[in-house]
Amino acid sequence: MRNFYLIFKKELKSYFTSPIAYVVITIFMVISGYFFYNIVATFATISYQATINPMVAKQYGLLNVTEIVVRPLFGNISVIMLLMMPLLTMRLFSEEKKTGTIELLLTYPVTDMEVLLGKFFACLAVFVLMLVLTGTYPLLLIIYGQPEIGPVITGYLGLLVLGASFISLGIFASSLSENQIIAATVAFGALIFFWMMSFSSALVDPSIGKIISYISFTDHLEAFAKGVVDTEDIIYYAVFIILFMFLTLRILESNKWRG
Amino acid sequence: MIEVENLTKNYGSYQALKGISFTVKKGEILGFLGPNGAGKTTTMRILTGFFPATSGKAKVAGFDVFEEPLEVKKRIGYLPENVPLYRDMVVSDYLRFTAGIKGIKKMDIGDRVRKVMQDCALTDVSHKLIGELSKGYRQRVGLAQALVNDPEVLILDEPTIGLDPKQIIEIRKLIKNLAGKRTIILSTHILPEVSMTCQRVVIINKGEVVAVDTPQNLTSKIYGRNKLIIRIDGPSGDIQRELKTVRGVDKVEVKEVMSGSVSEYIVDIKEGEDPRRWVASQVVKNGWGLLEMRPLEMSLEEIFIKLVTKE
Ligand SMILES: Nc1ncnc2c1ncn2[C@@H]1O[C@H](COP(=O)(O)OP(=O)(O)O)[C@@H](O)[C@H]1O
Ligand SMILES: [Mg+2]
Repeated sequence: MRNFYLIFKKELKSYFTSPIAYVVITIFMVISGYFFYNIVATFATISYQATINPMVAKQYGLLNVTEIVVRPLFGNISVIMLLMMPLLTMRLFSEEKKTGTIELLLTYPVTDMEVLLGKFFACLAVFVLMLVLTGTYPLLLIIYGQPEIGPVITGYLGLLVLGASFISLGIFASSLSENQIIAATVAFGALIFFWMMSFSSALVDPSIGKIISYISFTDHLEAFAKGVVDTEDIIYYAVFIILFMFLTLRILESNKWRG
Repeated sequence: MIEVENLTKNYGSYQALKGISFTVKKGEILGFLGPNGAGKTTTMRILTGFFPATSGKAKVAGFDVFEEPLEVKKRIGYLPENVPLYRDMVVSDYLRFTAGIKGIKKMDIGDRVRKVMQDCALTDVSHKLIGELSKGYRQRVGLAQALVNDPEVLILDEPTIGLDPKQIIEIRKLIKNLAGKRTIILSTHILPEVSMTCQRVVIINKGEVVAVDTPQNLTSKIYGRNKLIIRIDGPSGDIQRELKTVRGVDKVEVKEVMSGSVSEYIVDIKEGEDPRRWVASQVVKNGWGLLEMRPLEMSLEEIFIKLVTKE
């Protein structure tokens, strides 16, 4: 436990001694802020039109902040995460392999698991900080409108488990190569694959399609944004996270055998 | 303290270690010598639990490296070959981190780190980023992290490689001061520090132990005191012919032509003889100039080359 904490602390600190965390967080906020502004502006335009033209109001059903602002906002944030998270995870093992510091780390009396969890949670902490910063958007909605609180909370829960899954996969990619660019590229590729694969579920046999959309991220994310927390979705993300953690441990192990 | 038995290591189909065995007694400083690619680093990585051997046994401080790696890791300090350190960390923070992770109690960390920074002369740079330090200072930080838990066993992989002569002397002095209660293995391929600091030498080449002995014994075993180097001003042919007739001389060869008529000769001496005075008077009798005469002492480098090149 102490080793985990020491590694966690060291990793977290090193995120903020290099510019990486600042740059990623800044870009993340700028892009998500831009999307938020656009969504709200669209919502405002529609609302204005609805007040003068009842047809528009009918077309959009009930003018609902949750439907038109909150859900797209979470959707957008999750796409930006897809692009940003590999930049946070890429260095976690690659850099240690490149500079050789992994040799010292693994000859200290620590277990691979403590090293892995320390790195995982340090990255998760940076991510949580990003999420907390995006909290300003729903906060503005609450101040100026009446969004439902439930979907906001479950939406954040969804983003949290999604982010943790991205981190788990990203760390795995980082353990594969001592080159950070390769680690990031592999992570991007894999994440986009898990994201897009549900599109092909419509093209194949329904039974296989069901499996495909179960494996993909997208369907599991939907429910959270609707305000529903299904244990099945939670189990999906938990399995995803644990699977890639396990694979990372295997890679660390096999590096040892190969030398 | 350290027992290595029949260790082998394969990298794919390449066998880097072909069954090496040696032991190191408590408190001993063992020199681990070999040219590049001999398998020094590989052996040390096995001993430190970085990766396992393909076969064979290794015990450190009474614990099997493969069965109880954590127990071994708690008791060693390791300085890897290229001194991999976190460049983005400040020296004192880094040492606190290593002290913690090596299991030093929180309340003792401050004292330990201060002590080890003093021992390694790091106090002046304690607030600098490791990445900004010179190679010599980085080496000392590497040594400090190895020492911070006051380990029973120190494993140092080429601790003076890449340093300038002044830094080499400093590091050697530091290592010598560490001797005593600690058991030390120190690898190198540039040997002078071994003759200075080590009690025993294991020479390995191509994954095999070629020789184990004290530095002194190795010298006398191979060459003894049975060669002289003589520098003479005179006709080379005559000198070789005449010196061969001197009592106690076995063979005379030109070692090096210096300048003009001056040359250096190597004289092989017959067992148990000391022909120095006869050689001198022979030279004088012929009217040549005797410029220098000394026994040939092989440096460890020369012995080493001799050992590893004779198959
Ligand atoms: N990770 C590795 N993969 C493949 N071969 C290796 C690896 N590490 C070392 N070797 C080979 O094993 C041999 C011994 O290497 P090493 O133990 O580093 O020697 P030394 O430290 O004595 O210079 C060398 O021929 C080297 O090329
Ligand atoms: Mg080496």
